Amino acid sequence: MKTRYSYGGDEHIFVECDEEMSLDAFFKSLSITSAVKKARIKGVTEICPANASFQIKFNPDVIKPSDMLKELKAIEKAASKAKSTIKTRIIEIPVLYNDPWTHETLMRFRERHQDPKSTDIEFTARINNLDGIDGFIKAHSGAPWFVSMVGFVAGLPFLYQMVDRPRQIQSPKYLRPRTDTPKLTVGHGGCFGCIYSVRGAGGYQMFGITPMPIYDPNQKIKYLKDFMCLFKPGDIVKWKPIERAEYDETVAAVEKGKFMPRMKDVTFALDEFKQDMDGYNAKLMGALNGR
Amino acid sequence: MAVKVIKPGLSTTVQDLGRPGYYHIGIPLSGGMDRLALKAANLLVGNKEGAAVLEATFMGPELQFTEEATVAVTGAELPPKVNGEPRATWTSFKVKKGQTLSFDFLKKGARAYIAISGGIDVPVVLGSRSTYTLGALGGFKGRKLEAGDKLPVGKGRAAKEGRTIPEKLRRAPGTPAELRMLPGLYWHRITEGSGQQFFEDTWKVAPEADRIGYRFKGGKPLDFVPREAPFGAGSDPSNIVDACYPYGSIQVPSGTEPIVLHRDAVSGGGYFMLGAVISADMDLIGQLQPHTQARFVQVTMAQALKARKDRAKLIEKIRAAL
Repeated sequence: MKTRYSYGGDEHIFVECDEEMSLDAFFKSLSITSAVKKARIKGVTEICPANASFQIKFNPDVIKPSDMLKELKAIEKAASKAKSTIKTRIIEIPVLYNDPWTHETLMRFRERHQDPKSTDIEFTARINNLDGIDGFIKAHSGAPWFVSMVGFVAGLPFLYQMVDRPRQIQSPKYLRPRTDTPKLTVGHGGCFGCIYSVRGAGGYQMFGITPMPIYDPNQKIKYLKDFMCLFKPGDIVKWKPIERAEYDETVAAVEKGKFMPRMKDVTFALDEFKQDMDGYNAKLMGALNGR
Repeated sequence: MAVKVIKPGLSTTVQDLGRPGYYHIGIPLSGGMDRLALKAANLLVGNKEGAAVLEATFMGPELQFTEEATVAVTGAELPPKVNGEPRATWTSFKVKKGQTLSFDFLKKGARAYIAISGGIDVPVVLGSRSTYTLGALGGFKGRKLEAGDKLPVGKGRAAKEGRTIPEKLRRAPGTPAELRMLPGLYWHRITEGSGQQFFEDTWKVAPEADRIGYRFKGGKPLDFVPREAPFGAGSDPSNIVDACYPYGSIQVPSGTEPIVLHRDAVSGGGYFMLGAVISADMDLIGQLQPHTQARFVQVTMAQALKARKDRAKLIEKIRAAL
């Protein structure tokens, strides 16, 4: 892993922790950005961790770009010794796979897809050697996912599947981005899953939809009263496949203010996870299910 | 007091200087695209520089005033009228109780800033009154104005009418617009020849140009340095592992049409970037109409910082002139 620094105009420093995605690169980004936050450097206005990189925005009238760069390099040295253990939480997200709304949308944009004759879920199942839609749902919802970035639009999580590389689902983005994606679509591009927090443009494959809002600018939804975005980098997500009846019940419960997502506080240790991924995931699931 | 929206214009939103601090969860800065013009408009009517104003794109709204106020219109050359009588841009004027402020057709530029003494008094959300339309956040109900809206206006010490900003202190893009940029980020992904070509080409603003980003057309497609795609990036040579996007960053999906991100930027994604337009020239982008010509001009960090100082001096001069 080689760290690469670059200016992004005169107000940003962009730091690539690694060219390729891995949880090691993510933890490096998370530990450096946490250290930058603690250092309270004058002039810093935004600290943004991403999957395998991060970005600092600063006011060059307060701190010279070259001084900012020196500060970051010094912090990188100190942070590289940090332990890759975080206190976080695991959140269960219900998903109606192969739902009518993303289906309607993907049919509307079929000419922008690499395989217009099949649906996004059929296509992705096939290129990942999974046994049809059922095989896909099993692979997609079997292991938890790690929130390795929040962004693109307000509160959208990028999710990294917590299995070894050969088992990670991979899928290209649409040939040309769609101009429409239903709100709360569960999507996938490259090795990353996501949940579209708002309706809008998008290029990821669409697999399903969750009844559970993850962004509420009016902060009326019970579990978004403290803050309007649900996700933070480091959160762990477990998909729960549901049927249409449960989807409708959950939508109604959210509207009545009665729905609370299932979530539990957990500790995540990268080294232990890497030694035995399936065993570690089983423990996380145990924590989520209160066992 | 309040202002009643008779006609909303094409896309008119409430904006101030923006909402820093939430980009890490995908909530962009927002705020006026031409911040110099926004500050000037506020100074003309006696507001604080960062008060909330209306940003009108390509076309002006029609507004009826419930009380007398001082108004100034800066930025684009969008001539204001009070009850049908023409008024000058970059100059403060009165609108009396019951009178209507409307606009003539756009003559130059793209975005006009309409400041009203007292400032637009919508609720402050996460530290700003700016509208972030994509997230339905801030501004007037998180959206662009619609006919029938009643905009609250704060109490302010109204400045005199006839205050004006001299023409030499009004900044506007040239023809072609020259956008200075600092190469970097993923610049190494394209060949040297392709990099030279990028600066030699004259580009045209595409119709897809809004507060999120400005797309440019008409230059030659870029040549990439061959590589083996890094895990997680995607197979297209323009793909990267999804990363943060700086404001002003120039991404070129598939190497064909550059997009410069602006105040409502998407905070990250999977396209490589050539570098970023310098902070001093971001105001100019907000004044570009579709189909206008633009060139990218390479600068060093020292030149970028000098340009930033020059822009700050211009604001000083505007303050001194009033």
